[in-house]
Amino acid sequence: MRLQLSPELEAFREEMRTFFTTQVPQEIRDTVASRRDLSKAQLVESMRTLNAAGLAVPHWPAEWGGRGWTPLQMHIWREEMQLACVPEPLPFNASMIGPVIATFGSQEQKERFLPATANIDIWWCQGFSEPDAGSDLASLRTTAVRDGDDWVVNGQKTWTTLGQHADWIFCLVRTDPTAEKKQRGISMLVFPMDSPGVTLRPIELIDGGHEVNEVFFEDVRVPAENLVGEENRGWDYAKFLLGNERVGIARIGATKRLLAQAKSYAREVTVDGRPLAAEPRMAARIAELENELMALELTALRVVAHSTDGKPHPASSVLKLRGSELQQAATELVVDIAGPLSVSSFADGGSAVPDWARVATPEYLNYRKVSIYGGSNEVQRTIIAGTILGL
Amino acid sequence: MDFTFDSEQHDLREAVRGLLERAYGDAEQRRRVTGTDPGFDEKTWARMAEMGLLGLPFAEEHGGMGAGPIEVAVVAEEIGRVLAPEPFVEAVVLAGGLVAAAGTDEQRTEVLGGIAEGTTLAAVAHAEPGTRWSPSASAVTATRDGDSWSLSGVKEPVLNGARADVLVVSAVVDGGTALFLVRGDAAGLTRTGYRTHDGGRAAHVRFDGTPADLLGTDLADRTSVVERVLAEARIGYAHEAIGSMDTALRTTAEYLKTRKQFGVTLNRFQALTFRAADMYVSLELARSTALWASMVQDAGGDVVAAADRARLQTSRAGRHIGKEAIQLHGGIGVTAEYTIGHHTSRLTAIDHLLGDGEWALSRLAAGVDGHETVDPLGAPYTG
Repeated sequence: MRLQLSPELEAFREEMRTFFTTQVPQEIRDTVASRRDLSKAQLVESMRTLNAAGLAVPHWPAEWGGRGWTPLQMHIWREEMQLACVPEPLPFNASMIGPVIATFGSQEQKERFLPATANIDIWWCQGFSEPDAGSDLASLRTTAVRDGDDWVVNGQKTWTTLGQHADWIFCLVRTDPTAEKKQRGISMLVFPMDSPGVTLRPIELIDGGHEVNEVFFEDVRVPAENLVGEENRGWDYAKFLLGNERVGIARIGATKRLLAQAKSYAREVTVDGRPLAAEPRMAARIAELENELMALELTALRVVAHSTDGKPHPASSVLKLRGSELQQAATELVVDIAGPLSVSSFADGGSAVPDWARVATPEYLNYRKVSIYGGSNEVQRTIIAGTILGL
Repeated sequence: MDFTFDSEQHDLREAVRGLLERAYGDAEQRRRVTGTDPGFDEKTWARMAEMGLLGLPFAEEHGGMGAGPIEVAVVAEEIGRVLAPEPFVEAVVLAGGLVAAAGTDEQRTEVLGGIAEGTTLAAVAHAEPGTRWSPSASAVTATRDGDSWSLSGVKEPVLNGARADVLVVSAVVDGGTALFLVRGDAAGLTRTGYRTHDGGRAAHVRFDGTPADLLGTDLADRTSVVERVLAEARIGYAHEAIGSMDTALRTTAEYLKTRKQFGVTLNRFQALTFRAADMYVSLELARSTALWASMVQDAGGDVVAAADRARLQTSRAGRHIGKEAIQLHGGIGVTAEYTIGHHTSRLTAIDHLLGDGEWALSRLAAGVDGHETVDPLGAPYTG
């Protein structure tokens, strides 16, 4: 048991901090700090800056750009990135399809996709959820039928995040409708979004933004070589992918930064002649969130130290569950600090409402998603009750 | 940064667990022990002394083992796991801690040596009726007559106050709070003991011109010493609470798997298993915070601030788990013959003895503007 980071890790932390705060364009970091949406060009530039320095995909195998870091180094990398308002590497590339191809793909697929994925020369999107397959993902109905050297894909995906920017999609498809267990008949295919028969339709969200899409497939022909791993093993790859997703999903550094911002916002708002930040109930609310976040950060540090063979510790469900709740609590706090200003979401240049108050409610509404995606919090409770408590 | 026990700490845990399992593995045994004075088992206490547990954090030259906060945490957690009524945190961490911090070399050798051997039971007389969780004294005053001192006033509740061989008493002196040692057989000392709801013992202690020895030599204000040792005891209690919560959760999960209603075991009801999952989340977050606080203490960081953070987290978790454990058990959870309610009772006592969650939160809230973010691996926690 030891509290301090070793001198090597302190130096590592400093190196990360220096890179993130000096090498990533300020204009991009300002956009994140002001909690505005990033453009495609900004996300690409940021990820390429990281990739050029070997910081985009440190968790990948070394031959494909990985750094062989310990889980603790990974934690520090992620934490410093979020605290510095650096956009994280596109998750669809860096933590979803990249590790799947690196682990289960053919040598040819690795050479073809991994360098382009790390450098975001290919922008990937995720074709998992369907209108009737949400938390019950294995009930998905999109089919792929073998026809000569091709698979022919038909069906529909939904909640495809940033699909409007995507070059390629990784897609779970049913290849054996007769399989005894529905999980056994699923495969993973990858194909370009501009393949004939692919149609993308935006979904407008309650925050007014366009973040997710529906994707329709009508007789989309996918070459057989675009099957990832083995036929009918797609569910295993999906579980591997979702397990990886859960570790980074707590976004502790980002919530920490938002709480720090909330404190400064609360100093800007005056209640009965004194700053809202000085209100005991407001101070207590912030202090409690800070403490809960610290407890989660310490738990993340404990859990990462115990993950073996790259498999997530079962307690990583705690990180997803609590991490999402705290992200939501922090966005709710900012709306409450903004008070009546929080309705002025779409005010333009002629408004006196500060930017942070304008984005407060859209962000709060948008963040309802975080307890739903990546395995809903109810799914995480099921995992904790089943895997950990044996219930 | 390392959250794992080394092999010696692991061995210590196994040894303590073995001893306490033998003593209290059968819950009836705890009921028997807590049913009669002094509320703990003198034989088990003696075995703990033989094992070196009662002198764990004291310096070797004072008869102790020279171990650190992590070892104390290990023992406290095992105490909580079986609800052992032996007053480890109260006598060793709190009473012993005050003597170690403020006593002369001679006082340390005598009192700490006696605690370590199990021959001296020390109790802290600090709490006063009508006030709460203050590091300073107000209801007992100390009067000097030449080289000797006497105390007057009332302390309550004094844990194990009736059984104690020596009391460590905080009292008002000119310019602050000083600490004194009072022998159990001192003149003018009236102790009225009673049972506490968690099976322990407390006492109303009246000092009426009672002769006392000043702890230490110079008449310095000891408020900050009391504050620091109380913080160390809060961290000790945090681990005791973690042990209790861990058992409460495991007992509850086991019950859900075996108890049948409507023809099926209770773990078939998602309304119940989800609540058990939330208990696990509370427990693990509190455990991380408690372990961190002990590491802060070990590193010489700001132990008072760390203890407040641990206090808040374990208070919330203790209430959550204590209440849910009873609810998920149903009616049997409120019976005295079943163990689960005793965990809730002990967690409730721990929550109120040295400062509750809301109290800790007020202190943290007062300092919330003093930092931009909380870095548990940075200042002021790394020393």
